[in-house]
Amino acid sequence: MSSGLLFAAVGCLLLVLGVGGVLLLDHLVRRILAFNLMGSGIFLVLVGLAQRSGRIDPVPQAMVLTGIVVSVAATALALALARRRYADSGSTTLQDKARREDRHD
Amino acid sequence: MIEHLSTPLVWLILLPLVWATLAFCLGPGRGALLGLSGLGLQLLCAILLAVEVAPKQTVTHLVGGWQEPLGILLVADGLSVTMLLLTQAVSLPVALYAYSYLKQGQHWFWPLTGFLLAGINGLYLSGDLFNLYVTLELIGLAAVGLVVTGGAAGQVTAAMRYLLASLVGSGGFLLGVALLYGCFGTVSIRLLTSLIGSQAPLAVWLAAAVMVAGLLLKTALFPFHFWLPPAHGGAPAPISALLSALVVKASFYVLLRLWLGPFAGFVSPLAWLPALLGSLAILWGGCQAIRAERLKMMVAYSTVAQLGYLVLIFPLFGTGSHAMQIGLLQATAHGLAKAGMFLAAGTLVKASGSELIDGIATMAGRLPVTLFAFGLSGVSLMGLPPSGGFLAKYMLIDAALAVGHIWIAVIVVTGGLLASIYVFRVLRLAFLGPGDERQVALQPVSAVMEWTAFMLAVSAIVLGLAAMPLFRLLEGVAG
Repeated sequence: MSSGLLFAAVGCLLLVLGVGGVLLLDHLVRRILAFNLMGSGIFLVLVGLAQRSGRIDPVPQAMVLTGIVVSVAATALALALARRRYADSGSTTLQDKARREDRHD
Repeated sequence: MIEHLSTPLVWLILLPLVWATLAFCLGPGRGALLGLSGLGLQLLCAILLAVEVAPKQTVTHLVGGWQEPLGILLVADGLSVTMLLLTQAVSLPVALYAYSYLKQGQHWFWPLTGFLLAGINGLYLSGDLFNLYVTLELIGLAAVGLVVTGGAAGQVTAAMRYLLASLVGSGGFLLGVALLYGCFGTVSIRLLTSLIGSQAPLAVWLAAAVMVAGLLLKTALFPFHFWLPPAHGGAPAPISALLSALVVKASFYVLLRLWLGPFAGFVSPLAWLPALLGSLAILWGGCQAIRAERLKMMVAYSTVAQLGYLVLIFPLFGTGSHAMQIGLLQATAHGLAKAGMFLAAGTLVKASGSELIDGIATMAGRLPVTLFAFGLSGVSLMGLPPSGGFLAKYMLIDAALAVGHIWIAVIVVTGGLLASIYVFRVLRLAFLGPGDERQVALQPVSAVMEWTAFMLAVSAIVLGLAAMPLFRLLEGVAG
């Protein structure tokens, strides 16, 4: 297995972990971290698959750089919303209070 | 330098970016005049571009003169010009309405709307998949920012849900881009279309699956619609109008481009799948709209239903029918009618001070223009003649029966009946509802708010009478 394919395989693993985290976790900060894991996984797939021929291809590197900028912006917006949610309702999840109490019963 | 700026293609992206940045520098709540004049110029650019595209079918432009793959190729054809015209034609009246609706207060409506429109226009002009990803993300981030413009706690929760759904959706899209680049070493839609034949390798199948799933999540097609009603129904009215009329159409456009472009060779046997989801969306959205208690939630669920019609055209591609024309006509008619309906609903909510549908009892006599706008939009959503919605649905039934897809015709008719129930429920209350006219004092609403909604609703009707230019524009588009 070439190093490129190894990168891509690890990227897939991170991606699956990340998507699972975004969909299944409750705490907003953990979901935002999971989104970042997902993004990193996709970037690894993008760079890894493209360098199978042995030489470095600059185009996917440039794409990943753009992707990182986008995901930093998205993370900042998500964190701002999570802080606002916490300030408004004291909650760190998206569930309503009533539903959380149901769960504790 | 000058020849790179002399085409309207570039200005459609540059103008909103410029006025959004200037409006941001002016501070919260300001920049309305900048925005309105910028939107006027954008509408002019879109018309100029349509005039340029109509005889030639395709206009391309390399940004800054750089060749691919380093440079970005902008492409405009009949499909993208139609969507660009719709975008500018809806956003100008909505912005006028917003100027009146949001006058006071600390909000960032103008810069966020500018960035949103730069993203949407950029998306329609993109010729490569990676540029589509970047514009999808720009649209998503600006739209989430707009949802929280009102600042209420419910809006923050809705925006967070929307953001997470949107990020997962565009993540799926980017994974597909990565797989396709890994296989073919290009992201150009034109090149990929010629490289991918009918015998697609497994990686391309996987790419198609994650991209389509991501785009369906962003288009809020049933069962991925969970984020849409709270976000669209909870945002301030002009923002709901932008989101429902324009933003969900952008990801649908990408889906259409992929379906008819790179994936055309091998996805056609699966066309029943989006159509099935669309049918469920029409039924589910219609039933939820009938059950809704809040007026704007009803309009938002109506969007869930109307998005279903857009994907019903997929089984009709390649059958010799005008599937593309039908889809674009439905997208345009829904865009105009839904913007008009959301604006009218916003005026009604603001005037009565109540978000509930019951709150508009006996409003007909007091806000006749707004009620008329609501009714006319409803006529197009139900599909009554002579509206644009009627023409789209009639042609859809006609094309479906011609190839023996009777179930599509049944779904379209049922959807129209459901729509008539929720529209007439509101109109009945407004005209005949219980209550005394003198009991509740109305908040004053400006004439601008009433007439912009009316204009949009009337244009949805007029579209049904004057759809030929639209069809001509789409003649040269593949599919």
